[in-house]
Amino acid sequence: MTRAIVVDHAVKQFTLRHTWSIKEYVVWNLTGRGGELKESFLALDDVSLTVRQGESVGLLGRNGSGKSTLLKLISGVLRPDRGQVGVRGRVAGLIEVGAGFHPDLTGRENIYLNGSILGMTERDIDARLDEIIAFSEIEGRFIDSEVKFYSSGMFLRLAFSVAAHSHPDVFLIDEILAVGDEPFQRKCLERIAELRQAGQTLVIVTHDLNLVSRVADRGIVLASGRTVFDGPIDGAVARLRGEG
Amino acid sequence: MKQPASLEPGLVIPGRSHGLLDVPRWRFLLSLLVKKELRVRYRGSALGLLWSYVKPGVQLIVFYIAMGKFLGLERGIPNFVIYLFSGMVIVNFFGEVFGNTTKSIVVNADLVKKIYLPRELFPVASVWVAFIHLVPQLVVLIVAALVSGWRPGLLNIAAILGALVLTVVFALGLGLMFGAFNVLFRDAENFVELILMMAAWVSPVLYTWAHVATVIPDSLDWVYKLYPITAAVELNHVGFWIPTAAVAERYPQGTGPLIDSLPMWAGAALVLSVLWLVVGQTVFSRLESRFAQEL
Repeated sequence: MTRAIVVDHAVKQFTLRHTWSIKEYVVWNLTGRGGELKESFLALDDVSLTVRQGESVGLLGRNGSGKSTLLKLISGVLRPDRGQVGVRGRVAGLIEVGAGFHPDLTGRENIYLNGSILGMTERDIDARLDEIIAFSEIEGRFIDSEVKFYSSGMFLRLAFSVAAHSHPDVFLIDEILAVGDEPFQRKCLERIAELRQAGQTLVIVTHDLNLVSRVADRGIVLASGRTVFDGPIDGAVARLRGEG
Repeated sequence: MKQPASLEPGLVIPGRSHGLLDVPRWRFLLSLLVKKELRVRYRGSALGLLWSYVKPGVQLIVFYIAMGKFLGLERGIPNFVIYLFSGMVIVNFFGEVFGNTTKSIVVNADLVKKIYLPRELFPVASVWVAFIHLVPQLVVLIVAALVSGWRPGLLNIAAILGALVLTVVFALGLGLMFGAFNVLFRDAENFVELILMMAAWVSPVLYTWAHVATVIPDSLDWVYKLYPITAAVELNHVGFWIPTAAVAERYPQGTGPLIDSLPMWAGAALVLSVLWLVVGQTVFSRLESRFAQEL
């Protein structure tokens, strides 16, 4: 068994600062530190899990349960306060649609920018460019115009298409399965199923329980920063539905 | 940090980088980030990059008339406008690198928060953008110098390159440090603006070293000379101003009114700048783990 992702007793605490200026900070220090300048909450409380290579895992839970924080620890955007996270190979995916897109660049330029942000080399992108454009269903005359003229649907389709062709070792998907119109959504799901079949390690965060039960084998349910269920996806979905 | 038993070989800790040393591996993305930055800066402008030539050109003419002729500064300093402009190019370059690197993380907050990349990419992209904006100023300066009978030797060219390297290293070190501070406290941006406002006056751009030497006590000479931008400005004077016709005539020995033992001071300033870059990178790496949650 090769482990693709290891999260070992990870703890992540967020500090909510109430101030953003040095002046306020200095005044607070001078006035004897009265009152709380900071407030903290535990986003992840001692979470451990292992994902094997080729597994497709759904991370489920209510809003604020720590799913996205966990995903960010895995991608390296955040680091745990305590505990360890380890990953094998290149981690990439759709954390938020279009994070790496720039409205003043053309569709084609955005493919290169976003592709390389996701860790693809220039040669990778050259080789898959036609495939990416074809998948996004964006017409030829639009691909060389600036992305700010795109409809929101076109924008999302292009973003998904780039990520879906980036071939990372671990593919993270955060709440973006509801992309575009219905035919395109179906196509996205087919693509994810294809990747899964090809042995791609997938971690999917979503609130869409019907959908996740179709694309994941295993489900992990988080509640208040703790793992409360880890098992077959149907069990995880039942658990969440039961909580209602 | 030691590798815990739970992580077998092949598993790596995400979000760890080797700082600036990682940047060369990402040069393709770096080039795209630079292109994006330039595109954004010149969007919707018909003349585009041409503006970068017009501005310094007009500036040079204004200085020539107002300071050289009206204020009569060209009587004390031969080819005053070349003296002034070769110093100002360095100060502008310093300002652009330092100012933009300071803002670079906050400006790219969307990316920093969502996708892990070596965060040093953003400051380094700002450095390249600053280089591209330096080119038009250098072109204007070279044209003006040629008109004034500029005949540089190899050493003069080396001095120009030295001035640029010194400025970049020092400004990037400062920029990494203040760019990281800026994530925690946006006051850093204002503080940097204040520093940059002073930068134009602290270095011998509008006056010569001789003016300073008569005022500050000898025991404090070294502070002034060790300041890397002073050394860079003087090196640029060696590159552009010293080998022009009128200056060569007035100062046949070739050093002019510049600081004495310039090579030594420039070397010391370079050592200081490299150390500063290491400090800046260290501070940046320390604070980096908090970027995504503080932005």
